[in-house]
Amino acid sequence: MQRLTSRRQFLRVAGGAVAGLGTVMAIRPARATPAEMQDAIRKVVGSARITPGKVTLELPPLIENGNAVPLTVSVDSPMTDADHVKTVHVFTEKNPQPNVVGFHLGPRAGRARVATRVRLADSQTVVAICQLSDGTFWSASADVVVTLAACLEGGVGI
Amino acid sequence: MASALINVPPRARRGEIIEIKTLISHAMETGYRRTQLGAPIPRDIIRLFVCTYNGTEIFRAELHPAIAANPFIVFSTVATESGTIQFQWTGDNGFSVTESASITVD
Repeated sequence: MQRLTSRRQFLRVAGGAVAGLGTVMAIRPARATPAEMQDAIRKVVGSARITPGKVTLELPPLIENGNAVPLTVSVDSPMTDADHVKTVHVFTEKNPQPNVVGFHLGPRAGRARVATRVRLADSQTVVAICQLSDGTFWSASADVVVTLAACLEGGVGI
Repeated sequence: MASALINVPPRARRGEIIEIKTLISHAMETGYRRTQLGAPIPRDIIRLFVCTYNGTEIFRAELHPAIAANPFIVFSTVATESGTIQFQWTGDNGFSVTESASITVD
């Protein structure tokens, strides 16, 4: 009887250890986390303050296919020599890398509006940050729901 | 060979804001995918796109793996003078493509 109990205890402890190991391994997927996105943003912005506003980030709210998502960023700016948009950066929370794209514009752009197509790996928040010629940073964010994720589908042919 | 599509209006009034659309065929392999045998597929992306108007840079974009295959970029510029608008894409594995379009400004 004594032996049986100890065996049962052993199995319980061993099972718990295996389950614990599984949890630890599942914790670290190869994706950017919100903290990594903040790090990437700080690398671009430095210690400057980011104010929400002026920027408009257009993304479809519901995305069927994350492999090519139309993204448009426009900034409320007169685009003159004295007051124009210098850069526009886009970041994501849950893609494998937080950086998406960095646009460099100038007064010759005439209009602060750029568009491209991006990949989104999951339902997440996308952030656009622009730097004006006076050095201030402005941001906008959009929440998207992605039903078919990019990047992480099963393997391709050999 | 990679092929690029560029949409620039052939004619514009001086001071008019024109929209430029560019599309280039490229797989933009992210480097995060694997083959069915589990071997990682190395990254192969376009990293930089630069547009110059009569030799002066007017637009630049740094691309990352999160840009969809066949990068499509839309931006605008002010039509200042007649001449050529040149586009250059550069990336991994020595990828480099240059295209140009001419514009007449009255």
